[in-house]
Amino acid sequence: MSDVIFIEGGRVIDPASGVDGVRTVVLRDGRVAEVAERVERPRDARAVDARGRWVTPGFIDLHVHLREPGQEYKETVATGAAAAGAGGFTSVCAMPNTRPVNDNASGTALGLARAAQAGLARVYPVGAISKGSAGEELAEYGELQAAGCVALSDDGRPVMNAGLMRRALEYAKAFGLPLTVHEEDLHLVGKGVMHEGPVATRLGLKGIPAQAEEVMILRDLALLELTGGRLHVAHVSTRGSVRAIRDAKRRGLPVTAEVTPHHLALTDEDVAASGYGTDYKMNPPLRSADDVQACREALADGTIDAIATDHAPHSAVEKDLEFDAALNGIVGLETAFPVCLALVKQGHLGERRLVEALTRSPASAFGLPGGTLARGAPADVAILDPAAEWVVDPGRLRSKSRNTPWKGKRLAGRCTHTIVNGRIVYEEGRSER
Amino acid sequence: MIGRHKHCIALADYSREEILEVLDLAVSMKEVLRRPIKKVPSLRGRSIVNLFFEASTRTRSSFEIAAKTLSADLLNWTASASSVTKGETLIDTARNLEAMRPDVLVIRHAAGGAPRLVAEHVGCAVVSAGDGAHEHPSQGLLDCFTLREKLGTLEGKTVAIVGDISHSRVARSDLHSMPKLGAKMRLCGPPTMIPAGVEALGATVHYDLREAVEGADAIVMLRIQHERIGDPLIPGTREYSKFWGLNAKKAAEWLKPSCVILHPGPVNRGVELSPEVADGPHSVILDQVQNGVAVRMAILYLLAGGTESEAKA
Ligand SMILES: [Zn+2]
Repeated sequence: MSDVIFIEGGRVIDPASGVDGVRTVVLRDGRVAEVAERVERPRDARAVDARGRWVTPGFIDLHVHLREPGQEYKETVATGAAAAGAGGFTSVCAMPNTRPVNDNASGTALGLARAAQAGLARVYPVGAISKGSAGEELAEYGELQAAGCVALSDDGRPVMNAGLMRRALEYAKAFGLPLTVHEEDLHLVGKGVMHEGPVATRLGLKGIPAQAEEVMILRDLALLELTGGRLHVAHVSTRGSVRAIRDAKRRGLPVTAEVTPHHLALTDEDVAASGYGTDYKMNPPLRSADDVQACREALADGTIDAIATDHAPHSAVEKDLEFDAALNGIVGLETAFPVCLALVKQGHLGERRLVEALTRSPASAFGLPGGTLARGAPADVAILDPAAEWVVDPGRLRSKSRNTPWKGKRLAGRCTHTIVNGRIVYEEGRSER
Repeated sequence: MIGRHKHCIALADYSREEILEVLDLAVSMKEVLRRPIKKVPSLRGRSIVNLFFEASTRTRSSFEIAAKTLSADLLNWTASASSVTKGETLIDTARNLEAMRPDVLVIRHAAGGAPRLVAEHVGCAVVSAGDGAHEHPSQGLLDCFTLREKLGTLEGKTVAIVGDISHSRVARSDLHSMPKLGAKMRLCGPPTMIPAGVEALGATVHYDLREAVEGADAIVMLRIQHERIGDPLIPGTREYSKFWGLNAKKAAEWLKPSCVILHPGPVNRGVELSPEVADGPHSVILDQVQNGVAVRMAILYLLAGGTESEAKA
């Protein structure tokens, strides 16, 4: 197998280096060797015809759940990394809410070892904020970082104790690690299962107010002002959250934020339209059309930095249930690009901003390598056909789980090749595992 | 009197000259301690009360030896067991003790500001033996004394204080004295242990131990408390010692050969200092113990005896 890949004829979109135009990309020895209009094709190169396609830095997802160890029936590091590749993602950050929680070096090492065996997407472990994510004692951030963690999170279990959150922000400063926070006040959430509003009232489902998220974001921004440190707000979903983050950024606070494709594309009305469909149950819940509009604007203007999938595989046993009982979350890696591309086609987002929110912005939020095709950057590339239409067949997803609201839906935009470290790890139409 | 001061409560209030007055006298006091017969009659007939609301055998014994070496009468009053449990207030206790007409009241209390409150209500001199996280002036002075003895001077020297700065009265007394003698201060510890606005005391803050100790002339290592209930500042002592503890390898790679290591004691061996470093060539921890007696003799002498009060008597 050749060490040189020659990608010709594609439209290279690399916001990090300001390139948008037809270029040839040469990858050599795991690095980007050249991006230029005219390049002689090296004799030993493997050529990829990218005419009519986008050639972008490999996508980086700051928020996925790979379920290993402990819940391998939902997903493994290997199947999750394969799903990433099929979606154009070359790097994923794996949340620590596995069983056991990844709050120590051996948990982190296990994730990295599984990822190395799979040899697909790069997997960056996220360590726990508190031991066991129990919200009581700080985890060992120095040890987690030395083992390979790039950020800290108690995702799924918000840090309700403001005193602990303060200490976590402070302690993480010693290691320069960002805290990526799942913001919901559990007392306000109560037994809520969907966004609080007219739709929940109509459906007779218990609501979760937007303020459950907003008060926690406001709290943590205040703590950030007190402590310094680095805060990253996971899955922003409401207008009030956007307002708080926008204000904090204006004041110069070191905060970044992400939004999921589903919070950009779907509303609480979809819960009703689907007839209590549990593939529309997630946390945070799908919000009102007004909240969705605010998130779209915030992504477009950079208030929200990155798109992250919150890829959350669950088995049918956990989803084929009454709405109240079903678990939260959907798989997202393989549908993120077309779902977000639709926003471009609807005029909510520029093409370059879309690519930036999937590449450069997440890389810089967590200080990860990649996110650019600048010379010398890691040879992580996504090649995408923006026109290709396909129908989502959950049986053909690489993820082990099938919990997607886009089941049976026709989407436009598809990843055709994914290259990690100079190796093609995904090629459309090639053997699917 | 020490300069203008009738009490020794906070080095923040002491000038360079006032600090030097104690340190210079402590040199002669240390001479006394080296004599075969370690006793001088300087404070004969004077009485000193040790009023300790917090257990501290070391500091209490050090004041006790200092007082006895100067031939003063000494009463140890452990407050926790007696009066406080009966609901007596701090001021009541101090006034009752004052009725015994001591010349000096040495007070240790868990609440910052307690010695000052006592001083406002008694006629005798008050020496703080540590109040909360406020100050521990005799420790600050003995640290200065030890550094002068080992380094010749503090002028232009760099001193790093490492550990839980937020809860440390030792760090505050060092910070209020060493810069007055010309030292440059670096503070180091996990960010959870660095108190807000401490840079205003004229120190640089470092989270990285190597950055703090490389090139330093002296290091003050603070004792790490295993657990602070309800407010966890560190995940545990294991990670603390890995990142902020000094072991032989780090000492060999990062420290100047002449660098001295101080510790107010008792050392948590294996946490902030490995045993090899605590007992190694950089350590002056045992010198500090002897210097502590000399410095406390100087403080007691100046406040209970001194030329002025002797003239009055
Ligand atoms: Zn979450």
